[in-house]
Amino acid sequence: MSTDPHPTPAPQSGPLGIVMLCHTALHRAAQVAQFWLAANCPVVIHVDRAVGAAQMDAFKQALGPHPLLRFSTRFRCEWGTWPIVAATQAASEQMLNEFAQVEHVLLTSGSCIPLRPADELAEWLEQRRDVDFIESVSIGHAPWIKGGLSEERFTLYFPFSWKQRKWAFDLLVNIQRRFGIRRDVPRPLQPHMGSQWWCLSRKTLQGILNHPKRARYDRYFKGTWIPDESYFQTMVRMVSDRIESRSLTLVKFDRNGRPNLFYDDHLQLLRRSDCFVARKLWPDAQGLYDFFLSGQIMRETPIDPQPAKIDRYFELAAKQRSDGRAGLYMQSRFPLDDSINAKTAAPYSVFCGFQQLFRNFDFWLGNAANCRVHGHLFAPEKAEFYGGAKVYHGAISNSAALRDYNQRMFLANLIWATRGERQCFSYNSRDKMTPDLNWFMATDRNAQISVISGCFILPLFRGDYKVDDVLGHIGWLQRREQEFIAILQSKWTSADIRVWTLAEFLQDPQRFLSETVRAAFPDAQLAENDLPQIGSLDGFEDYLTHLRNLGLPPVLLQDYKR
Amino acid sequence: MKAIRAQLRLRAQRQTKLMRALRKSLELKSRVNRTADIRQGDILAFTTLRNELVRLPYFLDYYRAQGVGHFLMVDNASDDGTTEYLEGQKDVSLWVTGASYKQSCFGVDWLNHLQWRYGAGHWTLVVDVDEFLVYPFCDTRPLHALTDWLESQGRKSFSAMLLDMYPKGPVTAQPYCSGQNPFEIARWFDACNYSLKRNGKLQNLWIQGGVRARAFHGARPEQAPALNQTPLVDWARKYAYVSSTHMLLPRGLNKVYDDSGGEQASGVLMHAKFLDTIVAKAREELARGQHYAGSREYAAYDRGLQDQGDLWCDFSTEYINWRQLEILGLMSKGDWA
Repeated sequence: MSTDPHPTPAPQSGPLGIVMLCHTALHRAAQVAQFWLAANCPVVIHVDRAVGAAQMDAFKQALGPHPLLRFSTRFRCEWGTWPIVAATQAASEQMLNEFAQVEHVLLTSGSCIPLRPADELAEWLEQRRDVDFIESVSIGHAPWIKGGLSEERFTLYFPFSWKQRKWAFDLLVNIQRRFGIRRDVPRPLQPHMGSQWWCLSRKTLQGILNHPKRARYDRYFKGTWIPDESYFQTMVRMVSDRIESRSLTLVKFDRNGRPNLFYDDHLQLLRRSDCFVARKLWPDAQGLYDFFLSGQIMRETPIDPQPAKIDRYFELAAKQRSDGRAGLYMQSRFPLDDSINAKTAAPYSVFCGFQQLFRNFDFWLGNAANCRVHGHLFAPEKAEFYGGAKVYHGAISNSAALRDYNQRMFLANLIWATRGERQCFSYNSRDKMTPDLNWFMATDRNAQISVISGCFILPLFRGDYKVDDVLGHIGWLQRREQEFIAILQSKWTSADIRVWTLAEFLQDPQRFLSETVRAAFPDAQLAENDLPQIGSLDGFEDYLTHLRNLGLPPVLLQDYKR
Repeated sequence: MKAIRAQLRLRAQRQTKLMRALRKSLELKSRVNRTADIRQGDILAFTTLRNELVRLPYFLDYYRAQGVGHFLMVDNASDDGTTEYLEGQKDVSLWVTGASYKQSCFGVDWLNHLQWRYGAGHWTLVVDVDEFLVYPFCDTRPLHALTDWLESQGRKSFSAMLLDMYPKGPVTAQPYCSGQNPFEIARWFDACNYSLKRNGKLQNLWIQGGVRARAFHGARPEQAPALNQTPLVDWARKYAYVSSTHMLLPRGLNKVYDDSGGEQASGVLMHAKFLDTIVAKAREELARGQHYAGSREYAAYDRGLQDQGDLWCDFSTEYINWRQLEILGLMSKGDWA
């Protein structure tokens, strides 16, 4: 316990004491300290011993002498190590000893900023005199930690510096895990963790600092990892009976466990949060410092902090970083094949054979489902966009060369650019079918692929071609279609897939067609619009027989009987 | 074993590149050197240019406002007063050279050298005078906020894809005046027609597309210019750009994207190429033959801009702000909230 160096009687102060831990951006820390001092709050500042003498002098000079200002014993605080706790203890002791009127002590850092007038906080605390505000979460329960060690913080040995000897730190952790080396938590300590920044009542803080077994516990915590997030959080459980397990300091951590910075554009967000203190500010956020330190008007009615909105804001950002926007391929999001389920941004439908079997299928579907239906997007000549457009949404060109240069991206771009409107297009073996594209669609859970196999023959059958001239072509088309269907019927697909042979489909075309369309468009107007007409199939059986006799393996047509 | 060999080859390639930069630095003549004014922590801009007088005032002001501390520029034989103008700017250090742009890997060697010499320990921004960086929150946060944050995330490089902007109507219809914001004229862009592929060797993404692919390379898409850029790097002496700012060595610097579904933060380099100045530029550059792949890009502009005149189409998007680009998915704020 340090003794009071001031022979004069303790200065009159408000009931709220501020302990500040500072190591960088001291000019900002000085501004904040002055804010508290002006509100009659005593301030005890700990400055990291790594800060040079010149900077320290400038800092002291900027603050000037003040009856409510003290500087505490300096420690060298490396992130995640004991001296941070030691510094906090020393500064807190000094606060309690030298300022007798202090009822609550608020622990802050040099880059924290008060968001509300100091009097509002003091008054709010006055009404909660014996309550301790400290986030204190039992390690058995909530997944409080973002990445890294959790319970092991308490049960392993950490002789190496994480910052300076990361490899040794990691190695030793792994060795201890491997061989089951553990240290025991001294009873009756119940390990708890939580935000480093707390606000404790005089009684509780004294209870912790004057605890009969403090030396024993201090020794234990010296060996744990990141004790600044567990020492007070654990000790408080033994001495306090009125804990509110939340921090009055708003801190949002990112995925690496670093506090998110606040900038000028967060002003409204911070203001509406009604939190008392926020951490951590970008030192050059001039607008925030100007606004929050300039003496806001104190409000009449007491208001509780409402951090939900700001929580949501940062959660969304974290989600964008970790999950990204589905179906987006861009310079800083390029998922590898197997790392995502949805490869595109929205559901779409691929129809194979429908356009050949039914008259004006695209027109009919467009009316029935009230959407714009493309033709064959992958036709060899060009991408047949709806209405024959040369350019479509997102400025996608109908050039076949551009499309085929990167077919996946062509499709992914189209789906991304038309989010909100379901895309439908025809696709068959005459198109620029590539295994890459086939696999891309078959493994995309947004794809609905419906195939009536064998329909590729119909245009040739109806057209004025000599069979001998097109025989090779038919063989080629059939082979490609089979390859496509083999992919669709493999076990790796995740698309919504329907495959019929032409004969199967003709058994109940009405039902199959409406089922398919309804799966994509539950609201489709199928009753009012008659089903599209099937083109004439007279003589088709003879045609197939003829093909078979010419030597074509009629794989998918063998069951065709009319 | 194979991996080690590949590593060694990459290291050799990088060192060759650095040696080459050193050799090519002999071609540079210092015209005015104010690099003594560079302060610790300054963000430095590096630029090669030729006859760009009309664009310079806006360019310099744009980046000064973002917080660039010093400009290091190589003037490749300008004769329109560019040299004299730059000499008069207090935050510009200027080198001049009459040597071949093509022979110096299109300026990469010169700039690699200047970055090696002055860039180490600083965030460096390599941009042409018609490229304007847009990054998340650029309307409210200075570039320093971004670099501070990148540093806190342990990131060394930041990507900004090139986004070609164009006017509505013939490019010659609205003349550009010095000092004017070029995007008052070239306000339009292609939102979603980009092709991305991954370059296995250097791990960068290969991005092509946009208006240049649509209007000029419809038949030969593989010849469309690359749009992936990594212009902002926390520079160290061992780094080198390989070709333009598309690729860097060591290759870890090219890994500016997330490959497990998430989004890294990224920006956009808005490209004010398609102004009325391009017609004269295309003629001049064709005559000099100092550009990539036999200046075929300029040949295409010369042809294309005369035939069609208008790059605009029904599905062109009009530029509003960075938030729009982020919603469209051209850039991302990642988790920088």
